Amino acid sequence: MARLTINGQIRDVEVDPDTPLLWVIREQVGLTGTKFGCGIAQCGACTVHIDGVATRSCALPVSAVGDDQKIVTIEGLSPDGSHPVQRAWLALDVPQCGYCQSGMIMASAALLQQNPKPSDDDISAEITNICRCGTYPKVRAAIHMAAEGGATKQAG
Amino acid sequence: MTYQPNVSRRAFIAGSAAAIGGFTLGFHVPFADAAMAQGASALPPEVNAWVVVKPDETVIIRIARSEMGQGTLTGLAQLVAEELECDWSKVTTEYPTPGENLARNRVWGSYSTGGSRGIRDSESYVRQGGAAAREMLIAAAAAQWKVPAGDCKAAKGVITHTASGRTTTFGKVADAAAAQTPPINIKLKDPKDWTIAGKPLPRLDTADKLTGKQIYGADLRLPGMLVATIKACPVFGGKVASFDAAAVAGKPGVRKVVQVDDNAVAVVADTWWQAKTALDALPITWDEGPNKNLSSADIAGTLAAGLDAPDAFVGNKQGDAKAALAGAAKTVTATYSFPYLNHATMEPMNATALYTADKCEVWVPTQNGEASLAVAAEAAGLPVQKCDVHKLLLGGGFGRRGNFQDYVRQAVLIAKQMPGTPVKLLWSREEDMLHGAYHPITQAKLTGGFDAQGNLTVFHMRISGQSILAAVRPEGMQGGMDPVVFQGLTANSPEGHMGYTIPNVLVDHAMRNPPIPPGFWRGVNLNQNTLYMECFMDELAHAAGVDPLAFRRKLMANHPKHRGVLEAVAARIDWDKPAPAGVHRGIAHTMGFGSYVAAAAEVSVDKGQLKIHRIVAATDAGHAVNPAQIERQVEGSFVYGLSACLYGECTVKGGRMEQENFDTYEVLRLAEMPAVETIVMPSGGFWGGVGEPTIAVAAPAVLNALFAATGKRIRTLPLKNHPLA
Ligand code: FES
Ligand code: FES
Repeated sequence: MARLTINGQIRDVEVDPDTPLLWVIREQVGLTGTKFGCGIAQCGACTVHIDGVATRSCALPVSAVGDDQKIVTIEGLSPDGSHPVQRAWLALDVPQCGYCQSGMIMASAALLQQNPKPSDDDISAEITNICRCGTYPKVRAAIHMAAEGGATKQAG
Repeated sequence: MTYQPNVSRRAFIAGSAAAIGGFTLGFHVPFADAAMAQGASALPPEVNAWVVVKPDETVIIRIARSEMGQGTLTGLAQLVAEELECDWSKVTTEYPTPGENLARNRVWGSYSTGGSRGIRDSESYVRQGGAAAREMLIAAAAAQWKVPAGDCKAAKGVITHTASGRTTTFGKVADAAAAQTPPINIKLKDPKDWTIAGKPLPRLDTADKLTGKQIYGADLRLPGMLVATIKACPVFGGKVASFDAAAVAGKPGVRKVVQVDDNAVAVVADTWWQAKTALDALPITWDEGPNKNLSSADIAGTLAAGLDAPDAFVGNKQGDAKAALAGAAKTVTATYSFPYLNHATMEPMNATALYTADKCEVWVPTQNGEASLAVAAEAAGLPVQKCDVHKLLLGGGFGRRGNFQDYVRQAVLIAKQMPGTPVKLLWSREEDMLHGAYHPITQAKLTGGFDAQGNLTVFHMRISGQSILAAVRPEGMQGGMDPVVFQGLTANSPEGHMGYTIPNVLVDHAMRNPPIPPGFWRGVNLNQNTLYMECFMDELAHAAGVDPLAFRRKLMANHPKHRGVLEAVAARIDWDKPAPAGVHRGIAHTMGFGSYVAAAAEVSVDKGQLKIHRIVAATDAGHAVNPAQIERQVEGSFVYGLSACLYGECTVKGGRMEQENFDTYEVLRLAEMPAVETIVMPSGGFWGGVGEPTIAVAAPAVLNALFAATGKRIRTLPLKNHPLA
């Protein structure tokens, strides 16, 4: 049994304490926006915020998360997709297959929270998520756009 | 009676969105049950197979090919909408199921999405589909007005009777349009008049990818569904000897431990994590079979022996290369090799199956829904008419999810052991890495010969290595030869021919097939062929003491389109002017998948550390249906190609792959990704593919620049194995 605070809601889940947070979020809580890519904290597809810090949830046992810690998943980043990072992503049409993008967006949102005007080097150092489709150039551009607060509409 | 397909699938799609928060999905798919479909449908009849218009003017465009990130969904919809003359802002899309396609005499054509063919293979009939629907809508309006259809025209979903100025909308006449006789062979628009196609429109499928709403195969939930994960014998060709199901039967959530074919064991449980935990704990004894001692060194030895073997299949022959080499004033020889690679899609392989005694349904991210259907029917042991496949968006494909439907077969074989219960099979990353359809391994020995005046008079490339077709599509072989081995190297194939004129040419292939399953890996054989060709061209230029661009130009007079893209990147990168201090340049070009592509790279090497500063790329795909998506495909191609160049290799030891996850199978990350400037330069008159060709020029452009920087020729990938200091 674990008690978690996810996207502002308290969730009591019946689960083995060794279960990684990722699988609790996906299977017990039913929020599948957080993705499974590697299971060994290498790819970042499973990135969520824990107390505002981007965290790879696939290698974190649920028992390591306290009920007072605030977990935010992609579904809880904004009520309607209007977070500045989401808006910039839409404006630059960043995703290709999209599978890595929940993690990319969560990592980028946490970066901007800590560092509202990141340099290219900051972005390179902080965004280590894997994208096999190759959206990196657009991810970089969209982080800068979100930092500038410039995204208003979707463009080609 | 108007046949209306896919009602139940619509229920499924609507339901799957609702299912995010719980088990609300009501699925019921009486495949091809027209009577039922009509009774339940809230939609108007289709205008034709490609187009449905709802009373609220929403236009549903049917898409047969699969979206996997490459943008084909948006591009194909643009082509249909262009001819349809509808309002683009009202367009949505849907996938007809492969079962519906079969039941309707394959009205949607092929579902295969590979070889960069999505658009170029189907553009003509999808545009015809859009144009026919437009004509039927116009005819319906004209009939209501009792005027000749020829006096009416359509634009942005509105039909106007020119003389009277009367108007109506597509939504108002859609019902009546369905009853019109479909016209055939309508004259299609000249691409220069396009207003929707050819434009850099945003993708249609972005919004749900930003909020977690988008459902991938790995995310699917069905009522009463169980989840499975699987382990096949890690040694290629090995089998299950025994396993002790009782040892894990009592573990939490475990429902069943099942053998799948003769080589795999799966655990079915309430959740994936429970299945995975139990599978990891399950004692399995493998019969490792004949390959258990196979290593990369063995394979390299086998291939090396092919480099000078007397017998080889000839893919390109001009003049008499052997005689010319014997008489050459100077020859240059080099040997290259290219390793096994895994596709490593971000979403691991998966499929969900529901089997009952007289029906089998599969939900799967697939590049070829019809191939999935065929495999599902075979595994189920049911007639194909009693099976269907529901395609889901792919979390990456890259060739892994087309020809190869191993996960579909496994999912059905598992579900068959639990009739009536939907089972989602999701592989671990380790399983994905150990059971790929690997980029085939080859080596090549290249020899060039110059005459006394320094002209290149002869070129011989001997390829030794693996044939994909021999393993996966033997019916495509031509008298024992695999024609796909020669991608980009043929004399005149419209798919891709060599961009140089050399009096004596021989390109031949000594087929050597190690027991490692090969597959179509994005770019396929164009990848290594272009690497070999373009790096060796640089070697020849260097041997001749001529600038690499000038050396190539001299051989390209008869190849204006190849030369066009090469000149474009050279101009953009200021090839004729010195590079910034410490920075060095390389170029490469090729033709593949019907398109001409080139790249120029700027790199520096500091303390043994390679930095790629800048890439310029050019693509001539004949027609550019969506330049913004082409740009993204080109950028993505560099990520894929440079991942392979810098890091990619799967090595064999003890008959199995050594790399099991991204810690050992490294890929390019954002920090190393250079800026890419993309030149989209459609010259018209042909339709080329976009998703793959550029990958092939990524590595040679960078390696040629690396040579300029260091004087080192890297002839075996990946680069990580070569210290640069
Ligand atoms: S799934 Fe967690 S980092 Fe890859
Ligand atoms: S968008 Fe496909 S993996 Fe990143």
